[in-house]
Amino acid sequence: MRLKGISMKSVPSSRRGVQGKAETGIIGFDGITSGGLPRGRTTMLAGGPGSGKTIFALQFLVHGAQTCKEPGIFVAFEEAPERIVTNFETFGWKLEELRKEKLFFLDAHPTPDLIQSGTFDLTGMLAALGAKAKEMGARRIVFDAMDVVLALLPDAAARRREIYRLHEWLLASGLTGLITAKAAGEDEGSLGPQSFGFMQFMVDCAVVLNHRVELGVSQRNLRVQKFRGSNFDENESPFVIGKSGFDVAVSRMLGRVDVKVTNERVTSGVKRLDTMLGGGYYRGASVLITGFPGTAKTTLSGAFAEAACKRGERTMFIGFDSDGTEVIRNLTSVGIQLAPYIKNGLLRMISARTITGSAETLLVRIKSLAKEHKARCLVIDPVSTLSKAGNELTAHGVAERLIDWCKADGITLVCTSLLDEMTGKVDAGTPLQVSTLADTWIHLNYLVQAGERNRGLSIIKSRGTAHSNQVRELILSDSGVTLADIYTAGGEVLMGTLRWERESAERIASQVADVAGKLKRVSLDAEEAVLQVRAKSLQTELVAKKVEKTLLTRTTQSRAQELSRGHSRMRELRGADAAAPRRKKAS
Amino acid sequence: MNRRTSFSFRLYVSGDTENSAQALANLTNLCSTRLPDRHKIEVVDVLKEPKRALADGIFMTPTLLILAPSPQRRVVGTLSQTKTVLQALGLGTMAA
Repeated sequence: MRLKGISMKSVPSSRRGVQGKAETGIIGFDGITSGGLPRGRTTMLAGGPGSGKTIFALQFLVHGAQTCKEPGIFVAFEEAPERIVTNFETFGWKLEELRKEKLFFLDAHPTPDLIQSGTFDLTGMLAALGAKAKEMGARRIVFDAMDVVLALLPDAAARRREIYRLHEWLLASGLTGLITAKAAGEDEGSLGPQSFGFMQFMVDCAVVLNHRVELGVSQRNLRVQKFRGSNFDENESPFVIGKSGFDVAVSRMLGRVDVKVTNERVTSGVKRLDTMLGGGYYRGASVLITGFPGTAKTTLSGAFAEAACKRGERTMFIGFDSDGTEVIRNLTSVGIQLAPYIKNGLLRMISARTITGSAETLLVRIKSLAKEHKARCLVIDPVSTLSKAGNELTAHGVAERLIDWCKADGITLVCTSLLDEMTGKVDAGTPLQVSTLADTWIHLNYLVQAGERNRGLSIIKSRGTAHSNQVRELILSDSGVTLADIYTAGGEVLMGTLRWERESAERIASQVADVAGKLKRVSLDAEEAVLQVRAKSLQTELVAKKVEKTLLTRTTQSRAQELSRGHSRMRELRGADAAAPRRKKAS
Repeated sequence: MNRRTSFSFRLYVSGDTENSAQALANLTNLCSTRLPDRHKIEVVDVLKEPKRALADGIFMTPTLLILAPSPQRRVVGTLSQTKTVLQALGLGTMAA
């Protein structure tokens, strides 16, 4: 082993018990390392130029001083502390205030008047630091750009010796140490000079920062290379240097408590769509609206934003395609009024057209803007911007975290996604594969028929809701957005003019039938009346006949009586005997 | 440079480590050969006076602070490269 020349009398740090973690206050990083940097141990932070080493280190100290009651010392080998303080003013860390007692900057950068003759060691600095640490009760220390001072040493042996001296001193002091050093170029992991490699083996924890450019888009990554005695996330985690420092992206850890779900529904802004969804979107759901250009994705999301504002909920609309004012104007033409809500502050329009940068940066910006606005509803139009060139690899992860974050915060998210008409990958959803993550997926498309394009809306999926599986026609008019049933006949789906034609033809036909029916009724009525009249006259005739008949009977009877009376009269008159009729009878 | 210019040095050492001992030896040797009777040497042990090292901005030991003649300069190291030290003192041409 190369280290044989150096005294090995020191106790390996691993033999000591684990003393816990020192929180860094860096969002995400404490999650990756389950608590922060090893307390009382040394961590090495390596990275190329501009990878954010100093920011990381300083944030670690600031967090310690501000919230953990752990004052810190920053040893600046590269930059003068004054410059660092000025540079980091933008993060709002109140360095000037902290410098009074909780944060000490040691200016150790080699001055131009420094002349070197022969070898040297760092004993002087360490002695000075020891005294200072005792005086201010420091618990954390950062050696920024260790490589600068090591480069002054004449040979590798001297460098190793000084690193070892530093390490020993750190262990003895009990301070939580962080040493930053430049990694050679963009090649992650390989630290170039032998001495830094040696340093990586010596420390208890090593973190590598990476700054790559992919297709012109800057991508920052952080990876914990080793962490003695602790579990950690071994993968590269994207991070962003935001307004208030580092923001490391972490995917949801297993075992995290799930967010509360609610049965509350929020309206989509379109009445018929709510009915199709069985009452609207779920609060806190993520809704994906996909479609080709011009299928009214923005309009639909605008309707949602307007409805949210009507309920008095703070809403944010992020448009990547067009300016906020343009969106407002365009939506006004379909009866969606957003302007009043902008005025009263409920709605915030962010136009981020032609924004460049990594998907991660976008996510961080979206998050911080939404937090700032205290948004309950969020519209991202379109979310496919995340997967612009250079972000193919990370975009999916970003989309996942976006949805996860929205859910955790109970934000109802509506995002649109553009589908490329040429590829038309409707089934695959989007390259982001948001479709699998989204709770509700609404697809808009065109139906070209009889020389016109009509918009069709269908719900591809909607978790936990009974939803209509019918395609509806989306109609935009100056009075708003409506959905109409499409005309289906004989397996044919009709929309637009064809639907209208078919519908009006049907209307006319029914009118004709109506009239014909009425006509028939009238003629039947007339016939009935005629028959009734005839029936009456017949009845009258019948009565006459009956009378005639009675008359006839009566006359016949009276004639018969007259006749018989006449016979008896005649007999009487003739004086005939009474036996005569009997004789007549026998004959 | 005036031959009568007097030199004032302050040497920061860390205890009796090898580097520090060497630097002190090199300095006294140089002074006695090149600057006899016109030099002052103050030795500060940073292990004993760490606050002073802090105040003076001394982080690498040994460090030689040339207080006079002005401007103030500092030479870091064991002072083993005599030529460099002489140049720093403005005595480079005389050494040639």
